[in-house]
Amino acid sequence: MRRRRARVWSVAARRVRIPTTDYPVERFVLDNGLRVVLAPDRSAPVIAVAVVYDVGIRSEPEGRTGFAHLFEHLMFQGSENLEKLAHFRHVQGAGGTFNGSTHLDYTDYFETLPSNALERALFLEADRMRGPRLTEENLRNQVDVVKEEIRVNVLNRPYGGFPWLKLPPVMFDTFPNAHDGYGSFDDLESATVADAEDFFRRYYACGNAVLAVAGDLDVAEATALIERHFGDVPARPAPARPDFGEPDVAAERRESYVDPLAPLPAVAAAWRVPDPITDLTGYLPYVVLAEVLTDGDASRLVERLVLRERIATSVGGYLGFMGEPFAVRDPTALLLQAHLPPGGDVDKVLRVVDEELDRLAQDGPEEGELARVQARMATHLLRDTDAVLGRALSMAVLELQRGTPALINELPRLVGEVTEEQIRQAAAALRPQRRAAVEVVPGGGAK
Amino acid sequence: MTVRALPALGPVRELGVPSEVERVLPNGLCVRAIRRAAVPLVELRLRIPFARAPLAGAELLAQTLLSGTETMSNRDIAVGLQAVGGGLSAGVDPDWLLVSGNALVTGLDRLLEVLAEVLTGAAYPQDEVATERDRLIDRIQVANSQPAHLVRVALLKRMYDGHPYAVQTPQPDEVREVRPEQLRALHTERVRPTGASLVVVGDLPPEQALDAAERALAGWTGAGERVALPPTPPLTPGPVLLVDRPGAVQSSLRVALPAVARTDPAHAPLQLANLVFGGYFSSRWVENIREDKGYTYGPHSLIEHAAAGSALIAGAEVATEVTAPALLETFYELGRLASLPPEDDELEQARQYALGTLRLGMSTQAGLAGLASMYAGFGLRLEFLAEHAARLARATRDDVAEAAARYLAPSRAVTVVLGDAERVEAALAALQPVERRPSP
Repeated sequence: MRRRRARVWSVAARRVRIPTTDYPVERFVLDNGLRVVLAPDRSAPVIAVAVVYDVGIRSEPEGRTGFAHLFEHLMFQGSENLEKLAHFRHVQGAGGTFNGSTHLDYTDYFETLPSNALERALFLEADRMRGPRLTEENLRNQVDVVKEEIRVNVLNRPYGGFPWLKLPPVMFDTFPNAHDGYGSFDDLESATVADAEDFFRRYYACGNAVLAVAGDLDVAEATALIERHFGDVPARPAPARPDFGEPDVAAERRESYVDPLAPLPAVAAAWRVPDPITDLTGYLPYVVLAEVLTDGDASRLVERLVLRERIATSVGGYLGFMGEPFAVRDPTALLLQAHLPPGGDVDKVLRVVDEELDRLAQDGPEEGELARVQARMATHLLRDTDAVLGRALSMAVLELQRGTPALINELPRLVGEVTEEQIRQAAAALRPQRRAAVEVVPGGGAK
Repeated sequence: MTVRALPALGPVRELGVPSEVERVLPNGLCVRAIRRAAVPLVELRLRIPFARAPLAGAELLAQTLLSGTETMSNRDIAVGLQAVGGGLSAGVDPDWLLVSGNALVTGLDRLLEVLAEVLTGAAYPQDEVATERDRLIDRIQVANSQPAHLVRVALLKRMYDGHPYAVQTPQPDEVREVRPEQLRALHTERVRPTGASLVVVGDLPPEQALDAAERALAGWTGAGERVALPPTPPLTPGPVLLVDRPGAVQSSLRVALPAVARTDPAHAPLQLANLVFGGYFSSRWVENIREDKGYTYGPHSLIEHAAAGSALIAGAEVATEVTAPALLETFYELGRLASLPPEDDELEQARQYALGTLRLGMSTQAGLAGLASMYAGFGLRLEFLAEHAARLARATRDDVAEAAARYLAPSRAVTVVLGDAERVEAALAALQPVERRPSP
């Protein structure tokens, strides 16, 4: 084919200045131990309220897979002063939206509302922090709902749970890290109200939680409202957090499974990375590396696997099994995943990944390559913070895991400070023998 | 245990719709700019009329629009955008070709420069088209294994047979036939500024955004063919269409009902009726089939607006063994609202939700850009939001009851179920006549 001349961009070699935000952040702790973060920003008449608890999938007991998530559902089933359904109606009847989600290391509950509903949202969160209504009827109902959620997201669709539920058991050996966080139907059906009461008592202590409010608020007024509604939540200390550490993968691990609904092959590979909390400096290069490898048509793996050699249909790379680089604790991983064309060769894909990592480790990024990836990452980070809920959730988790909610303002700059040498070293660490991979074997694509 | 009272809401602030500044360029492109300074970014949405563009060609054009020009390779484009924190992507629906992008606000000129380059010079290079053709075929194959896609395909065919909306995804064989020269011809014919709209939202004064757009896009010229679609045909109720998916552990239920355009006086009352029925979590349908009976995880009911018509579509994925009972409850809730007015408190709750979520939708750059572009597609300005909010605020119980009686009546429904026919047909047939189709 005809070769086009390479376009020389006017500022191609010049580094774009990475902008940051300067959201003001207030932190305080109530007498009962509840940590609070306030992030006023009056650019739109909306607020987000987020409560995060320091318990997630890794903390659920053996024989109770899926319990952290099931319990999250039970937190919406009524509380001290609220009948079943009341929470939803009060939030939506105030013009707001709500949700909750269960992660490896935390569980969040949140509302986004017009700012005149701030006090109502605080009331609702405080009420369930004092205690949800845990009844047999609600438990059975939500077990049924969760089973349908698992069917929608895992069992009734191709590539369900790939790779977030399929790769951890290949990479990890201990139950907290390796088990299926959605849970088995047997375990879900075995759950009891007593289990739920125990789980609440142990993990849903206000000393184990962070409340964050972002958006159209006045700090003094919001502080007074928070004192009023959360001040008398009984003090309970945070439980000791277990160490979930595991040794690194010592020899390559590789497994495959047949997905009866999948029409085409796929593969995901993961490598352990430094501790995101205690070694942020050592961890950040991997966050950037994932983007160098996979962000856009000029990234190394898209260019080679998808566009040049056509041995993959799509490729992605990210940090953490749930794709949240700054909301996960150790042990965690850098993941790469690829979907392949019909008859695609997974070994070949992994071989090319190794070659590209070697090339990057030896030669380092090309001129301008790192800077442009960092600029794009800044856009993504800033875009997430434009949403009031994105800010509230990020700050809540940054406070919970690091005690530094204002890090949200620093991340674009910190990402931008990662050096070419750090990228080389990170690429050099992703050796085949440290890799855990899982392959999806298409089951014929039965419809 | 202390009994605590729910705090009252604070005073409602007037809905402030950000001002939208418009300029129609000499080439016919309508550009609208909105300032939101919260983050140093910019969002853009370009919407080009694309009705009746050949399905496979349109999809592949969207996939390869950014694959190269006479002076820039695919990689040049990607590098140029990334360097300013930017990205562009293109997609099609039966009415529009939509190009979306964002960048650091300092990169707006570059973003527009690349956009102009592809609009005026997309080359559809042989190799890149071949690659994207294969990728598109792979994606269609994967989509064809997803129940949500399969039931959508069956529903659209059932709703719109004979209308261009009836088929919205091409078959792999059709994609395989498309050649680069066809894409170039389609581009020449249809990728034109007449009738198109560009929305720019970001951290800069609107006039500055308009100037930048005018500078970059002045050289994009030509009148595209104006193609209007006939209005969608009325829905024709009939037997439940049961599409077999042997072994499915869930059934996908879809119920389509008539609806009206955004500008129709019945739209606000119908939106409220839909919310009361199943359009949000605190609705009768969700509280019934999820929170009471546990049949499903996420039932949803939405009014979909397209250029040629609107429809209300309710959907739920339910456990195979409760397929018929779930459909029974769905018709029960529709019929209840179509024949009895809503309670005052549930209407107020729905109204507050509709009004509040308007504010939430406008609170980000991306949200504003999406809304403004969507409205532009219907020939409306963002200010229409204020008018719509006023209509929501004044809709009475009688208005809502009337809209429900007219549009939510189960006798008007078109119903499609995708599931394991062996296991669900008999029970469904006890409720309604059933017409069974083999697996697609």
